[in-house]
Amino acid sequence: MNLSIDVHQKEEEVAVVLAGEIDAFTAPNLREELLPLAEEQGKIMMINLKDVSYLDSTGLGVFVGLFKKLKENGGELRLVELSDRVRRLFEITGLGNVMNISAK
Amino acid sequence: MKQVMDYIEMKIPAKPDYVGVIRLTLSGIASRMGYTYEEIEDMKIAVSEATTNAVQHAYSNEEGGEVTLGFGVYEDKLEVMVADSGKSFNFIQTRNELGPYTDSSTVEQLSEGGLGLYLIETLMDEVRVLNHSGVTVFMAKYLGGERENNGTTATTHEAN
Repeated sequence: MNLSIDVHQKEEEVAVVLAGEIDAFTAPNLREELLPLAEEQGKIMMINLKDVSYLDSTGLGVFVGLFKKLKENGGELRLVELSDRVRRLFEITGLGNVMNISAK
Repeated sequence: MKQVMDYIEMKIPAKPDYVGVIRLTLSGIASRMGYTYEEIEDMKIAVSEATTNAVQHAYSNEEGGEVTLGFGVYEDKLEVMVADSGKSFNFIQTRNELGPYTDSSTVEQLSEGGLGLYLIETLMDEVRVLNHSGVTVFMAKYLGGERENNGTTATTHEAN
C-alpha cells in the first residue's frame, strides 16, 4: 500500500519510475517530491507508470498539477507505460485528450 | 426488493492512511461474491473516492473524526455506504432515507466531490448522496453487469 518514487535527472530530462499505489495517503508525498522539479525551466518529465497498481482522483490531481507547472515553465510532462486500467482512468476523465500519455 | 444477506460494518480513523485498508476489505468481499477483476478494480476506485472525501470532510469538521463504512451483501448486488459522521448507522433506515433520482443538475451542487464524485458515478450502477448532520454516500454495483452504468446520476437529498 505504499508508493516508491525513483527519480533520475540528466540535464533537462527527469525520468521518474513509480511503483505501488497512488491514493490519498501516498499522493501528498508524490507531489512534494516532483513539484519542485517541475518548477525548473524547460524540464521534460517522463513518468513511468508500469508498476502503478492503483490510481484514483488524488493521483490524477498530482499529474494535473505537474502538467500545468511544467507547461508554465516551458517544460513537458509525458506519462509512459500506462496499464490498461490506468489508461482507462485517463480516458474516462478526459485527461487522456489533454495530456501526453502512452502505453509504451 | 431482495433482502440483505449479510451486512459488514467498519470504522476507520478519518486519516488517509486507512483508505488502502478499505480497498483490501472491499476487494475481499467483492471477490467472494464473484465479481470480475475489472468490476472489483472499478469498485475499489469508487469506494476509495468516497472514503477519501469522507476522511477530508470528517477531518476538517473535528479532530479525531471517524468514517463509517457499511457493506450490504445481496444475492445480486453489493451496496456500500460511506458516512463521515463517525456514528454507526442503521443500514436499512439510512438506505430508505435516500431519495430517488431527480434532475442531474443537482450534481452541480456537489462541488466537494469534483472528479472523485464523477468517477463514483461512472464506475458504479447507482449513486446517491444524503446530506444530514454529515454526508453519506450510497453506491451499488450489480453482479454480472445486470445494469448498464451509463446514465447513472447522483442525487443529493436533504434530511434532518
